[in-house]
Amino acid sequence: MQFDSLQQLMVMDGHGVYVWSAVTVSVSVLIGLIVKPLRQHRAAIKTIARELDLENTSRLTATEVSDASNP
Amino acid sequence: MRLNMQWTWFHRLGSPRWFYQKTQRWLPWLSAVSAILLLTGLIWGLAFAPQDAKQGHSFRIIYLHVPASFLALAGYYLMAIAGAIGLIWRIKLSFMLMKSAASIGAVLTFVALFTGAVWGKPTWGTYWVWDARITSMLILLFLYFGVLALRYTFSSHEASDKASAILSLVGTVNVPIIYKSVDWWQTLHQPATIKLTSAPSMHPDMFAPLVVMILGFYCFYALALILSTRAEILQREGKSSWVRQLVANKRGEV
Repeated sequence: MQFDSLQQLMVMDGHGVYVWSAVTVSVSVLIGLIVKPLRQHRAAIKTIARELDLENTSRLTATEVSDASNP
Repeated sequence: MRLNMQWTWFHRLGSPRWFYQKTQRWLPWLSAVSAILLLTGLIWGLAFAPQDAKQGHSFRIIYLHVPASFLALAGYYLMAIAGAIGLIWRIKLSFMLMKSAASIGAVLTFVALFTGAVWGKPTWGTYWVWDARITSMLILLFLYFGVLALRYTFSSHEASDKASAILSLVGTVNVPIIYKSVDWWQTLHQPATIKLTSAPSMHPDMFAPLVVMILGFYCFYALALILSTRAEILQREGKSSWVRQLVANKRGEV
């Protein structure tokens, strides 16, 4: 380890502000690259599931109607 | 007949369904490897690598700056090649990869520019200079933005895919300019740290964590590209029977 204490690691002889802001911004943006597609994936599945539901209910009502008209 | 046999693999590669199913099994491994490499490289580089004789600790930004720039450039080639394949053979999956590569590339170019600016302040005394390397990198960011923006300018996927692919192909001119900018022009930016043709100009203790970070970024890039393309496939192929079957089965599990 190049630093004697956690404080020294944070300060880095006055360069800590630059180093740690670069790390914070980069890491959070990179995490976003993973989180965003996972969310979109989940959202896409939800949309398709809703479409399937709608189709199923409309098919059910259609058969009910046809049953009622042909007793 | 023989011709057909040879081309089936190619068309299978181009099938979104095949890609979606195949990559499912890669995801846990790819996530684990990228997480391990990136964490190791970052901790090693930030806390254990020796400081630079001239730049002091601010040089540690290299462990993010160089890998991000590497992948921003390599990713541009990947995007343009995917676009070309899509145009020539009309493969939908190829266009989906291109779109995913555009958003990831834009983010990585931003990371390269941001870390560069923050590194420039303590080293050059300024966040920004309009020198050849930095300006051509900014053009790269705008090219990525352009490819992304074209998606919203056409009502059909087909038209926007074609336009994006053409823009990415035209923009490839910029990539060799970025590589060579530090040799062709007088710039503040230092010359390449890593060259394929010669030994690295860095001390091995500094170089080792950088190699780990670059490998980690490559794995991370692959992971992000696959995740994003899978989401894109579901969004675009929602009407196809295999996607509907997949969603129905998923619901059966819950």
